[in-house]
Amino acid sequence: MEKPNVLVQVLKSVALGVSVLLVIIPFWSIIATSLADRQTLDQSAGGMVLWPGDATLSAYASILSGGVVTRALIISIGITVAGTALSLAATAGLAYWLSRRGAFGAKPILLLVLGSLLFSPGLIPSYLLVKELNLLDSWWSLILPVLVNAFNVIVMRAFFQELPQELFDSAYIDGASSFTILTRIVLPVSKAVFAVIGLFYAVAYWNAFFNALLYIQSTDKWPMALVLRTFVVNQTTIAGDQVGASAEALPPQLQLQMAILVVSLIPILLVYPFLQRHFARGVMIGAVKG
Amino acid sequence: MAIDVEARPAVADLIGARGRRRTGQRFSRDKLLVVLGLPGAIVLILFHYVPLLGNIIAFQDFQPYTGITESPFIGLDNFRFLWNGDTSFLRALTNTLILTLIQTVFVFPVPLALALLLSSLAGERLKRLLQSILYLPHFLSWVIVVAIFQQMLGNAGMLNTFLVQNDLPSFHIIGVPELFMTLLTSQAIWKDAGWGTIIFLAAISQIDQEQYEASAVDGANAWQRLWYITLPSLKGIFILLLILRLGNSLSVGFEQIILQQGLVGLETSEVLDTWVYNKGIIGGDWGMSAAVGLVKSIVGILMVMGANKLAHKFGEQGVYQK
Repeated sequence: MEKPNVLVQVLKSVALGVSVLLVIIPFWSIIATSLADRQTLDQSAGGMVLWPGDATLSAYASILSGGVVTRALIISIGITVAGTALSLAATAGLAYWLSRRGAFGAKPILLLVLGSLLFSPGLIPSYLLVKELNLLDSWWSLILPVLVNAFNVIVMRAFFQELPQELFDSAYIDGASSFTILTRIVLPVSKAVFAVIGLFYAVAYWNAFFNALLYIQSTDKWPMALVLRTFVVNQTTIAGDQVGASAEALPPQLQLQMAILVVSLIPILLVYPFLQRHFARGVMIGAVKG
Repeated sequence: MAIDVEARPAVADLIGARGRRRTGQRFSRDKLLVVLGLPGAIVLILFHYVPLLGNIIAFQDFQPYTGITESPFIGLDNFRFLWNGDTSFLRALTNTLILTLIQTVFVFPVPLALALLLSSLAGERLKRLLQSILYLPHFLSWVIVVAIFQQMLGNAGMLNTFLVQNDLPSFHIIGVPELFMTLLTSQAIWKDAGWGTIIFLAAISQIDQEQYEASAVDGANAWQRLWYITLPSLKGIFILLLILRLGNSLSVGFEQIILQQGLVGLETSEVLDTWVYNKGIIGGDWGMSAAVGLVKSIVGILMVMGANKLAHKFGEQGVYQK
């Protein structure tokens, strides 16, 4: 082979380096700004900083010691945990039913599941339904409409279908009931797919914004997404009594905003290594099946 | 997926025939399955199919306090936006189409370029590391992405602060109507370009290495290998993704736009989805916004189905060429 062209190599490295920096710098400076001491922040004329100076956790202490952000955080965690558990149960149950060949009633239901991938029901009718069910301003409105994701059902169904039929047959011959087969054989070998689909759901619940905007009206029921929108995107001033800090000890607004941003990033960053591995596989499944 | 059912008509018929005779028996055999699966099925149907009935209000003068059963029918009056040249609707439609066009031209090729760059890296470790970094923004919600962009590129953001402090011309992109489409485009690239490389990287790894070796022996340089081997091998997947993207032409970044609409005004930022939201949920014109939503859904389904058909055609060709 001929020698690689030096200029081309340099250009490639620069392009990749710039792309990576464009991702890293924002994260870095958000974290740095959330930790920076007052003096460092003052020097940057109220802007973002790249080095926290004498790092302090005071912004985190303020937002986490009661008040609107703490409450929203607890609500978001609650919705994510409860929603993920319910979604997993409903999705796995449905997928298991549809995966057994010739199961009673499975065929029409499968068609309905596949059909739902083709269209979304539309904003206004969905809103009216939630309203008719008296779910407006209830946390259920953030869970029930997105409880079952048809795509996840298809992925789980494919997994259950690939379990070897002998597994079922031999257990059946040994006299195991359907329930025993499910709890003693199917569930233990399905831990991985539960983990993957669970993560799909958890990230979706944590990131959900629009349904909250649409259905949640009371401020005291806000999840993190609405707190982010109000205080970070729209930059509504955070008063001392809205967080756990006296007016004098209140850290600068920018720092509070960045701390809120970091707090909402942390769960994603924690599960990210795991996500990355499995989600990439999920994309490929989707590509092959689609 | 429809093939899955139709490919075995004999088996399906057999089960069907038996099923009719012994429905009771099959039910008692499968009742655990039904009990486990039914809650999910009911919720899916409730929130995916029942709302379709709500589209009735597209033909009504709907008022929330009178309800669907009491509101008077007014025929196709809510659909008048289709022929009377409603300016706000036309504006939303135009913006949607412009945005789709811009995003297809500028956002769509970036993952391909990035994938080509990544795949040309020698070190496997380095490649993994860069991928980990570049995939991350995909998992952030739009609220977070929008907030990050404000802090970086806003009036008081990092870039502008740096420019002003160094006596350079001030520049910021947030809240400038003329730059709104640029902003949306760069956010879309930042969030998903890295993630979009996955599919191209997978396709690149499928290319037969012998082709490269043989062409190198024949004296092809790096550009020629890119142009005559890599890109033609990716043509199929590129066209497939492009067609699927065009199938979704009428849906452009709803959450992303809703979050930033207040800063630039409706003139440049109103798209079909936000129009339905603003007119219906906010403005209380339920009938007409439901009508627009309905038309959009139907056109959307037709386009997705058409796109799938097209993609299938191209996909098959790809298979034969291999």
